Amino acid sequence: MADVIEVKDIVKTYQLGGGPVQVLKGVSMTVTGGEMVALMGASGSGKTTLMNILGCLDRPTSGSYKLDGREISSMSVAQRAQIRNEKIGFVFQNFNLLPRTTALDNVLLPMAYAQGAPAGAKLRKRGVEMLERVGLGQRLDHHPSQLSGGQQQRVAIARALINNPRLLLADEPTGNLDSRTSEEVLRMFQQLNREENLTVLLVTHAAEVAHHASRIIHIKDGLIESGAPPAPAAAQPASAGGP
Amino acid sequence: MPAITATAVTSIKALRRNPLRSALTTLGIIIGIASVIAMVQIGEGSSAAIKQTIKNMGANTLIIFPGAAASGGVSFGGGSAVTLTSADAAAIARDCPSVSAAAPVVNARMQLVHGSQNWVPQFLIGSTPAYFTVRDWKLKAGRFFNNDDVRNANEVCVLGQTDVKALFPSGRALGKIILVQQVPLRVIGVLRRKGANMMGMDQDDIVVLPWTTLKYRISGSALMNQNQNASTSSTNSFSPSQLYPQKSQNLYPAVSSVQAADTPNPVTFPNVNNIQVSTPNAAALPQAMAEINALLRQRHHLLPNQPDDFNIRDLAEISHALGKTSMLMTDLLTGVALISLVVGGVGIMNIMLVSVTERTREIGLRMALGAKPIDILGQFIIEAIILCLFGGALGILIGQLLSTMVQSVFHWPIQISVPAVVASFLVSAFVGVAFGYYPAWKASRLDPIEALRYE
Repeated sequence: MADVIEVKDIVKTYQLGGGPVQVLKGVSMTVTGGEMVALMGASGSGKTTLMNILGCLDRPTSGSYKLDGREISSMSVAQRAQIRNEKIGFVFQNFNLLPRTTALDNVLLPMAYAQGAPAGAKLRKRGVEMLERVGLGQRLDHHPSQLSGGQQQRVAIARALINNPRLLLADEPTGNLDSRTSEEVLRMFQQLNREENLTVLLVTHAAEVAHHASRIIHIKDGLIESGAPPAPAAAQPASAGGP
Repeated sequence: MPAITATAVTSIKALRRNPLRSALTTLGIIIGIASVIAMVQIGEGSSAAIKQTIKNMGANTLIIFPGAAASGGVSFGGGSAVTLTSADAAAIARDCPSVSAAAPVVNARMQLVHGSQNWVPQFLIGSTPAYFTVRDWKLKAGRFFNNDDVRNANEVCVLGQTDVKALFPSGRALGKIILVQQVPLRVIGVLRRKGANMMGMDQDDIVVLPWTTLKYRISGSALMNQNQNASTSSTNSFSPSQLYPQKSQNLYPAVSSVQAADTPNPVTFPNVNNIQVSTPNAAALPQAMAEINALLRQRHHLLPNQPDDFNIRDLAEISHALGKTSMLMTDLLTGVALISLVVGGVGIMNIMLVSVTERTREIGLRMALGAKPIDILGQFIIEAIILCLFGGALGILIGQLLSTMVQSVFHWPIQISVPAVVASFLVSAFVGVAFGYYPAWKASRLDPIEALRYE
């Protein structure tokens, strides 16, 4: 399968008060379609900066980034917005659901910016399908304040999936959840990865979260440390459900 | 086009998500538009009332006086020619399109008598029914005399308030008979009060009767010595004069029939003292003057090199004042309206800016999910426009209510102004774009990464 993410020698420099600060110092990595990869690193390691670039929210100072075969680093703001809309599903640590808005409307939010999106009943049907897929078919008209943290994150996952993205980018998806709900959410990622061949990139600083992925990329001081698969012992429980 | 619809739907959803904030945002526009509507309607009402008042004073009237007669190089002064007739008045009313009414006027100064009361009115006017139109008189009771009364020289009259008070202590004048020079006149109408005119003369001290009655039945003799008539009539009419004779004895024998045939009574000319003309509005006065001038020159058979034998006078000072007053009123209202709309617009901008800050995370999320800067710009501008239009509509309603309330409570005149309603709707849409643009632009320039992390 083709590479979904193809990063070559990415450098990101910020101009701060004390002069330029190089946060990414030549990062190269690839993620193949259908992989579930964890991006791990301590705070200050450049992990968030890399994630912003991978999520097309930011541009590298130099280097090349190809998402699904398309070069991102030279794109305009509007072009990147469209790429985000079409190719990437975002899941955030703090869910980022619109308050006082029903779960269904929250799920349908990306469709407002999609070109050639279905409308009316067809659009609604698709939203309902997504919520059913994350097990919230009964809570279409609930507001975020009426849902538990785990349910809110599932609404956010449904929102990330509605555009059939090539890449699901999850930024600390379990940071605001207790361990049991975290496990549920991570299982859901694994299930999506396995059953629908969805490429998932988990950004986290927690090893127990990262171990749900099939591969862990460590970043430290703006450089990739290793792209080795996790230890078999740690990977075992994640794939234990299989025959 | 579908993109705009989608953005509009997004905007409406966003507005409905926080109804209190939306209501507060739009409050400035509601108050602005409501005050504009109320002010314009009350202002236009007052303006119309002022115009009406000035019109009552005669700003849209012309008076045509006969010219000066001269004999052997001696001029007899303005109004001494006997060329102006009631037929001229009829012709002016008929043939001059800028004239709405024309009335011939015969003046006299004579004593009125009723029972034990007597009074010499300031204005004893003989005219046609058109006089009431020209001078804008309204009836309090009874009726005006009509053209039949004029044709037949009927002995009827219409009294002003001052004369009613002077002659009828009971206040009931209608149907009573008053005497003028021994001629009985039935009071068929009482005029509504008008007050003093610009010179301080009491306009209500007036008696109006058919000009034929005044000219041919009452004054009869030449009008030159009308002032003397009043004094003679006072001595003639009453019994005390017989008890205490004031008149000197007739020193000369009565006139015989032969003498009477040799010295006939002077001919009574059908001339009138002046003709009063009104136009639909003050602006038509110059046109009316030109038309009347041409018509009268033709009717009086004046050659091109001969001077006019009449003078047309207008109340230029008053019509000038009228124009200035209404212009000042309009300027004032426009100024006040603009200020309150700008205040409303700044209010919108203020709360939209707060709203952008408050919704930073929402904006960041929308951008992360694929909203382009132009989508965010569009959303916030459309939100502002919707708020302004909604506020405008509500403001128009409230303003209408307010001015109606003012009308019913304070009895101020109001005038419903359709242009004001249309203009304030357009202006509120414009305010929405103008003052919604900066906050919307600010929102669209946010960095999604920082916006998403904003607490």
